Amino acid sequence: MELYDLTIHEAADRLARRELSSRELTQAVLDRIRQVEERIRTYVTVTKDLALKQAEEADKRIAAGNATPLTGIPAAIKDLICTKGVPTTCGSRMLENFLPPYQAHVTERLLDAGLVMVGKANMDEFAMGSSTENSAFYPTRNPWDLERVPGGSSGGSAATVAASECIYALGSDTGGSIRQPAALCGVVGFKPTYGRVSRFGLVAFASSLDQIGPLTKDVTDCALVMNVIAGHDKRDATSAPLDVPDYTQSLIPDLKGIRIGVPREYFVEGMDDDVRASVEAAVNKMQELGAEVDWEVSLPSTGYALACYYIIAPSEAMANLARYDGVKYGYSDMRGDTMWRNMELTRQHGFGDEVKRRIMLGTYALSAGYYDAYYLKAQKVRTLIRREFDAAFQRCDVLVTAVSPTPAFKLGEKTADPLQMYLSDVCTIPVNIAGIPAISVPCGFADASPEPGRRGLPVGLQIMAKPFDEPTILRVAYAYEQATEWHKARPKL
Amino acid sequence: MAITREEVRHVAMLFRMSVSEEDIAKFQQQLSQILDYFQVLQQVDTEGIPPTSHPISLENVMRADEPRPSYPTEDILANAPLSEAGFFRVRAVLE
Repeated sequence: MELYDLTIHEAADRLARRELSSRELTQAVLDRIRQVEERIRTYVTVTKDLALKQAEEADKRIAAGNATPLTGIPAAIKDLICTKGVPTTCGSRMLENFLPPYQAHVTERLLDAGLVMVGKANMDEFAMGSSTENSAFYPTRNPWDLERVPGGSSGGSAATVAASECIYALGSDTGGSIRQPAALCGVVGFKPTYGRVSRFGLVAFASSLDQIGPLTKDVTDCALVMNVIAGHDKRDATSAPLDVPDYTQSLIPDLKGIRIGVPREYFVEGMDDDVRASVEAAVNKMQELGAEVDWEVSLPSTGYALACYYIIAPSEAMANLARYDGVKYGYSDMRGDTMWRNMELTRQHGFGDEVKRRIMLGTYALSAGYYDAYYLKAQKVRTLIRREFDAAFQRCDVLVTAVSPTPAFKLGEKTADPLQMYLSDVCTIPVNIAGIPAISVPCGFADASPEPGRRGLPVGLQIMAKPFDEPTILRVAYAYEQATEWHKARPKL
Repeated sequence: MAITREEVRHVAMLFRMSVSEEDIAKFQQQLSQILDYFQVLQQVDTEGIPPTSHPISLENVMRADEPRPSYPTEDILANAPLSEAGFFRVRAVLE
């Protein structure tokens, strides 16, 4: 096995036994980037010198005997999480040259734990998109098939883990932006409960929906990263003032006494046959592992979640994006002769089409005469969706569904039709609406006309639980993972 | 079309964003399609249902009003397109 293919826990074991240094591991990952990055383009910025410096510090810390499980492990950070002094572009021309004056809470936590940062991962502009084709710089490709998208908006984070161009990554998830690309790239992606991880230093898209989480090669790694990033932070008033359990305690390889519900509305029209079969087979496997399964759970408002989301998220986004005025930081178009004219030009030329569409949708939904019919109506539907989840979790510990109704689609396939692109998040969006946690774990491969010798495209399984019940999700995901081999597959590059 | 060309221009200007003529035609078509899709919500009976603005209920979060150092002015101005004497600089505000 190549060093760059190691998981966090495998690498940490070798580092602790002094069979491997962080310097060697980091160099192996940087060499891997040099070999494959040109074809996949997972990074906006590769921070080679910083990584090597941090690796040396990590080796000293390991030698001194005060290492954590993440010390010296190379990671990628999605490019909308502020890294002090390192460009944080959000995949946008607007922030192409932006150097954050402070660290995000999560980067601070990771640095304290001994982070080696190899780069900032590519993404859809301001996290708006499901394919990473909305990056202002270049699209990222799916390591399993370079003609296909990696999903989005954390497509760079998912693809870079899948291609072993880092050991783990951080992403953010507003409507599926961690889970959908994790599913399409065959890695583990976790969106914690809203408020579980501080959003301080996460460039805001939709403030009542955004949440940071890990993308990793397996569930154990996911628990290790969660142990570091979860917890209250007084700089984010919406972060939960609750104790953080040791998530590795949840890694129990059986499902005795676990009640699983399968909501029928998630088998949506147009779902790929192989995706459906993979999800059903995964649920059967969980039953073999001791879980009780209820195949007849119903969440009747599921079909309204997408419309609800595309009113709420753009409404919040337009308020958040009003800060890009060409005055304080970022791109500035100064061809006008007044401040107001320059602001209009800055936004016209600084934002890409998807960001403009959402700004206009949000502005429209909040404008006089439309507020009640759109924004207020969507907030009421949000209440119904939450209540249905609450009721389901009275009877079930977790709900299990597909993450994406189809495997990875081709580049360019959905760019001309925004509504078709939005529909790829139909199974992930309700989770953000309700604020609950959910994971994506690999559960099979779909044969989207594979070439000879190829395995087809990865399929992801979504496991949801009630607010702050991350431990049960990790237990179910771990037990399933340990009973299957899907997480061990790597793309041939 | 659910939205007119004039409304597209108006909505963009509410946000202080200019849009090219070519883009107005494109956005009119795309936004109309999306706004039509939103009509599905009108089928939902929300009589007596309160709105949700945040998924996890929180009471007002208070903290002590204690002074602490802010970020250094030069760090904050380092990203500014124009600055002068410790301030952001802009073009004329009054036309």
